[in-house]
Amino acid sequence: MRPEPQLIDYAIILLYFVFVLSIGFVLKKYMKTSSDFFLSGRSIPAWIAGLAFLSANLGAQEVIGMGASGAKYGISTSHFYWIGAVPAMLFVGIFMMPFYYGSRARSVPEYLKLRFDEKTRGFNAISFAVMTVFSSGVSMYAMGKLLQLLLGWNFTAAILISALIVLAYTFLGGLTSAIYNEVLQFFLIVMGFIPLVYLGLRDVGGWDGLKARIANDTMVHSWKYMGHSSENPMGVEWFGLLMGLAFVLSFGYWCTDFLVVQRAMAADSMTAARRTPVIAAFPKMVFPFLVILPGMIAGVVTSSKLHDTSAKESVVAGTATQSSFFTGGKGIIPPKYDAVGKPVLVNGKAVLDYDLATPMMLVRYFPSGLLGLGLCALIASFMSGMAGNTTAFNTVWTYDIYQSYINKTASDQHYLWMGRASTIFGLAISLMAAFVAKEFNNILDVLQLVFAFVNAPLFATFMLGMFWKRTTGHGAFWGLLGGTVAAATHYGLTLPAGAVMGVKGGYLGPILHVYPSEMAQNFWTAIFAWVGCFSLTVVISLLTTPRPEQELKGLVYSLTARPEEGGLKWYQKPATLALIVLVLLVGLNLVFW
Amino acid sequence: MGFDIRMPIGMLFTLFGILLIGYGAATRGSSMYAEHSLGLNMNLWWGMVLLAFGLVMLALTRLRRKQ
Repeated sequence: MRPEPQLIDYAIILLYFVFVLSIGFVLKKYMKTSSDFFLSGRSIPAWIAGLAFLSANLGAQEVIGMGASGAKYGISTSHFYWIGAVPAMLFVGIFMMPFYYGSRARSVPEYLKLRFDEKTRGFNAISFAVMTVFSSGVSMYAMGKLLQLLLGWNFTAAILISALIVLAYTFLGGLTSAIYNEVLQFFLIVMGFIPLVYLGLRDVGGWDGLKARIANDTMVHSWKYMGHSSENPMGVEWFGLLMGLAFVLSFGYWCTDFLVVQRAMAADSMTAARRTPVIAAFPKMVFPFLVILPGMIAGVVTSSKLHDTSAKESVVAGTATQSSFFTGGKGIIPPKYDAVGKPVLVNGKAVLDYDLATPMMLVRYFPSGLLGLGLCALIASFMSGMAGNTTAFNTVWTYDIYQSYINKTASDQHYLWMGRASTIFGLAISLMAAFVAKEFNNILDVLQLVFAFVNAPLFATFMLGMFWKRTTGHGAFWGLLGGTVAAATHYGLTLPAGAVMGVKGGYLGPILHVYPSEMAQNFWTAIFAWVGCFSLTVVISLLTTPRPEQELKGLVYSLTARPEEGGLKWYQKPATLALIVLVLLVGLNLVFW
Repeated sequence: MGFDIRMPIGMLFTLFGILLIGYGAATRGSSMYAEHSLGLNMNLWWGMVLLAFGLVMLALTRLRRKQ
């Protein structure tokens, strides 16, 4: 199953490395102040910021994970885009960017400081910084493992080289370098995945052929079976989907996560900042075809090499032969193997390694040459995610932690230096996390769980803060904590079907409810966190003294002048563009109903 | 800023295009196309698309510089 990349494939990857590094070197001379380094001097045109906005989030985990989800659940995975990400992106652009950009806050935690108080900022800044470096480590680990399994590359070398390249270009050119490279990476990912979808669809006979081969109606409709959780493979129903995935989780991520918001904050004007997420929404809308379809196709095609039993290449830990590697697999998705090379069984049935669905597609359909481009796209998605994390971390660290609590009065040059230093140690911690993940998988599962609890209530705080001037700092802070506790409590009292107590939930003892799937449990955990945070914030705000209205100008909807749009042509207006996206979005949902 | 990101993007894709077209031409009739890409010489075809995209990007850079 292992392909042998040829000289041409390595040449393509090497050429890509040369280009990303040169962009960093060229931009070095523009990095004169800390504002250049952390905010690109607020000089980025909307289309560049928009593509970077999209690309920073498009880590390998998305490319791999959405393919895996496509193989597992089919086209319903599109809900993550068509009711999740895209509406949230429109909302942050149209309604929230006026406060983020207009307040001149340099980061999302700094907005919280301006709107609420120091403790709310501190809580958000520290949890965000910790989360960012660790999730970067998790994706490094995932990528290293993947390249090792797929190509036999050395795990350590693979992640070290990519981390060093990302380090070099973000260290030299700061946010500008990350953003420019994200645009390059965006085009690489698109150009690398289009031929994959084309070849895959051509092989199965187009969308109709794919439907016929899948022969499971629940996998080729996104809404038809959402009436009840028992009817669809995701195990969720429309309410949990709309409230949990769309409203709480997606809005929470796209509207409050500094990783993406930072790209819009770097835009060169208020209109450009508001247009940034809206421009990103256009390509985001068609991404399901690039990342979900390969996963769906992987489940129904066969490898031409698969049945060649004469090739006795050992694949995993020297035990599986090429033909036996796929025994119990589905299509070209192999079963999951444990550390000693035995298939992982649950109730006597092999578990599929869905994360390999998209990578196996690359190997199946790309000849040498094109394979180099495909691998390049995979590596580019990994790097864009890593650089996104790195630049968000060094900004929050320098402005919201170092400048706020450790050294308040240093010169701008010192903060610029600190930005570069934190780029190095941020990546170093991520690397360590990746190696820890390799040895102790469970620690990171637990960490990610804690992060999910901290993130879930965030959107309630921002919504109240931006649209209800009565919200107070005490309300926001205790609401956030309360929402986190609500999430942890709900998770601790429930379990997904078939799971045992522990990291999957139920750790508080009594199991009050069993969800049909992990996804349903996650969505409902988010809903509980949001409701908990929302109600607690409202109650405490009403009991505490609000800030005088003069101090809230530019921070709250009712006290901020609407952005000027007088001299703009219709296609330059953020709201008009958002409307076009919405109409297309309804169309897409109907076509795949 | 005097730096246009379309230029490196254009250069990279132009080079990718040339590499793939050259490799595709040199490996015409190779069994790997039957094995992987449904008998299509995708290196040649997709190489042309990449080259065209790269050249468009470079043209846009020049156009902006003239203005």
